[in-house]
Amino acid sequence: MDITTKNTEAPPPTPQPTEAGSKRAARGATRPGDRIFLGLSRGSGILLLVVMAAIAVFLTYRASLAISEDHGNFLTTFEWNTGVTPPTFGIAVLAYGTVISSIIAMVIAVPVAVAIALFLTHYAPRRLSGPISYVIDLLAAVPSIVYGLWGALILVPNLNGLFGWLNDYFGWTGFFSWEEGAPRSMLTVGILLAIMILPIITNVSREVFRQAPLMHQEAALALGATRWEVIRMSVLPFGRSGVISASMLGLGRALGETMAVATVLSPDFLIHLSLLNPGGGTFAQNIASKFGEANEFGRDALIASGLVLFVITLLVNGAARLIIARRKEYSGANA
Amino acid sequence: MKLQRMNRRALALGALAVSGALALTACGSDDTSSGSGDSSASASTQAGSIDCGDAKNGQLLSDGSSAQKNAIDAWVAQFSKACGVQINYKAGGSGAGVTSFTQGQLAFAGSDSALKPEEVTASKKVCSGGQGIDLPMVGGPIAIGYNLSGVDNLVLDAPTLAKIFDSKITKWNDPAIAKLNPDAKLPDLKIQAFHRSDESGTTDNFTKYLKAVTPDNWKYEGGKAWQADGGQAAAQSSGVAAQVKQTNGAIGYFELSYLGDGVSPVSIDTGAASPVVPSSDSATKAIADAKVVGTGSDLALQLNYATKAEGAYPITLVTYEIVCDKGNKSDTLPATKAFLKYIASEEGQGLLPGLKYAPIPADIIAKVRTTIDGLS
Repeated sequence: MDITTKNTEAPPPTPQPTEAGSKRAARGATRPGDRIFLGLSRGSGILLLVVMAAIAVFLTYRASLAISEDHGNFLTTFEWNTGVTPPTFGIAVLAYGTVISSIIAMVIAVPVAVAIALFLTHYAPRRLSGPISYVIDLLAAVPSIVYGLWGALILVPNLNGLFGWLNDYFGWTGFFSWEEGAPRSMLTVGILLAIMILPIITNVSREVFRQAPLMHQEAALALGATRWEVIRMSVLPFGRSGVISASMLGLGRALGETMAVATVLSPDFLIHLSLLNPGGGTFAQNIASKFGEANEFGRDALIASGLVLFVITLLVNGAARLIIARRKEYSGANA
Repeated sequence: MKLQRMNRRALALGALAVSGALALTACGSDDTSSGSGDSSASASTQAGSIDCGDAKNGQLLSDGSSAQKNAIDAWVAQFSKACGVQINYKAGGSGAGVTSFTQGQLAFAGSDSALKPEEVTASKKVCSGGQGIDLPMVGGPIAIGYNLSGVDNLVLDAPTLAKIFDSKITKWNDPAIAKLNPDAKLPDLKIQAFHRSDESGTTDNFTKYLKAVTPDNWKYEGGKAWQADGGQAAAQSSGVAAQVKQTNGAIGYFELSYLGDGVSPVSIDTGAASPVVPSSDSATKAIADAKVVGTGSDLALQLNYATKAEGAYPITLVTYEIVCDKGNKSDTLPATKAFLKYIASEEGQGLLPGLKYAPIPADIIAKVRTTIDGLS
C-alpha cells in the first residue's frame, strides 16, 4: 500500500518510461520468459471463457428443465410455488426487486463515494486521509452476513424515524407512503447495499482521482481557478470513466448480494409501488431462502432465476462498457 | 522489490505451516475418534442402556430437516459417547436431505415430510432390492407466539388464525378475537403477522392445519412456501421469533423451542372443553390421534389436524428419519441400526420433552422399533 502511494505521489509519469517499456517488450518477445508468460496469460484468458461457457450451459440446461414445466408465465407470474403440482413460478417480482434495490443503492452510494474520494485526494490533510482510506478498506472486508446482522439489529429498528418523515412529507407521491410495520422494505435493502458497495466505489475512484494529471490541475490553478473549479474541470472529467467502472463493480455486488438482503428484507411476491412497505424480493435472496428445502424441481426453477440474474448482469456490464468506450476520448485518460 | 520477494517467501512458509498444522490436527482428531475405543467402554456403562450392536468406530453422514436438529444433536452426543461412532448431521433442510439420500450419499436422512411417490421411486436406485421408508421419530409442537402488551393467555381458533394470517383480520380489537377472549383488554392496534420467508416444513404443517380445519377461510394450496398475500416475512424460526419479540402487536408461528421472553404462546380453541397450550405433552396427545398411512414397513403418519381430543395440541409436525428398508450399505448399516434403535428407545425418546420436542406416542414408536429390527 505504501509503495503505491509513493509511486502515485511522484511527478506524473513522463512518456519515456512507456517508450522504453514498449521497446523492451518488442526486443524481449522471443525470450523464453516472455513466451511462458504469454502462454500462461493466454491460457488463463481461455480458461475464463471456458468457465463462463460451462456456467452458462449448466444454467441453461437446468433452467430449461424447470421452465418447460412451469404452469405460470416465467416472466410475468407473481408467485413462486415450486413444491406443489402443478408448479407455478415467475421472476417478475424478483427482477423488479433486484433492479430497484440496486438502483437505490447506486443513487445513495455513488455520490457519497465520489465525495469521499475527492475529499481524500484533494481536501483531507495527509494525516487524516491515511486512516480514513484504511477504514474504508476494512469496510470492504466485512462479510455480508455481518452487514445483514447489523442491518437487522441496528439499522431496521432505527429506520422508523426516517420512514415516518418520508411518509409525512413525500407520502403523497405514492413511492414513499408507509403503513405501520417494521421497516424491512426495498429502501432498507437499498440503504444497506449502499453501505456495502461504498468501499469498492470509493477505493477505485480515489485511485483514479489520484492519477489525475498534476499538469492539468496546476495549469487550472495558474489560470486562477478555485479548488472546486480545478476538480470540476480537470479531475472529474479525467476520472469519469474510472468512476463509472468503479460503480459497475459496486453494482455487480449489489445485484448479487444475498445474505444481507435475506436478513433485512421481509420478502413476498407482490410489487409494491411504495419503496417503504415491506415486500418484494431479489434473485439472490430468493435462491438463498428457498434452496435448502427445495426439491430437485424447485432447485431447477431457482437455477432458472439465477440464469436471469446472469443475463441482467451481462446486460448491465455490456451497457457500462459502451458508456465507458464512448466517454474515453473525452476523458483525460489519453492526456 | 527484494523486500516484497522476501515477504512472499515468508507468506508461503506461513501458509505451508498453517496448512500443515491443519492437516496434522485433522489426522489428530481422526486418531482420537478411532483410538478412543478403550475409553468408550467405560463411557458406555455410564451412558446406560445404549446398545451399540455391531456398530464399529466410524462415521455416519446424514443431512436433512433443521426442525429436528436439536434432538439429533442431543442424541448424537449420547450415542457417540457410548459407541464411538461419529454422526455428522448437517441440518441443511429436508429437501437437501432427501436429495442427497436418493443420490446415495447418506446413511439416513431427516425430513419433516414423508417421501413423495417420485422420491420413493428415486430411492429404489440406492436401496438395492428395497426402497426408502419413513420412520417417525420426533414430534414438534408449532407455537403461535404473540407480543401484545397487557394481554395474557390469548385464545384463538383456526378460523381466526386463518383470517389473521390472510390479512382479513387486521386489528387486535376485532370482534372475532374479542369473542374468544371476553376478559382481555384488546388494544386498537394493527396486527403484524409474521411468516417464514424461506421454504419450511413448519409453514407446510401450519398451513395444512388451517386448510384441514377451516378450508373456507384458508383457500391456499399449502406447501413449504408461504402463499398468502400480506403480512411480513423473516428467515428461519429464529428470525420470526426475533421479529415477534421486537414488535408490539406481532404474531408469528415457530417451533415451541423458540418461544422466549416477551413472546407468549396462543392457546388454541380446538373445540375441546378448554383451550390447549402448546407443550411436549399436548403435542404427543395430538400425534396419538394420527393414522399410519405408509404401506409396508413405511410408517408415514397422517395427522388429524381437526382433532378435538382433550388436551391435544393440533398444530404439530412430525419429523422422520428416512432409511432403506432393504439394501442399506453394509458398512454403515450396523451403526445406523444401532443409532436408530437408540433414538426410538424409551431413553432416546425421553430426552425430547427437555428439548421442547414431543415424543412419539407409545403404540407408534413400538412399530418403529419393530421396523428398525428388520432393516437390512
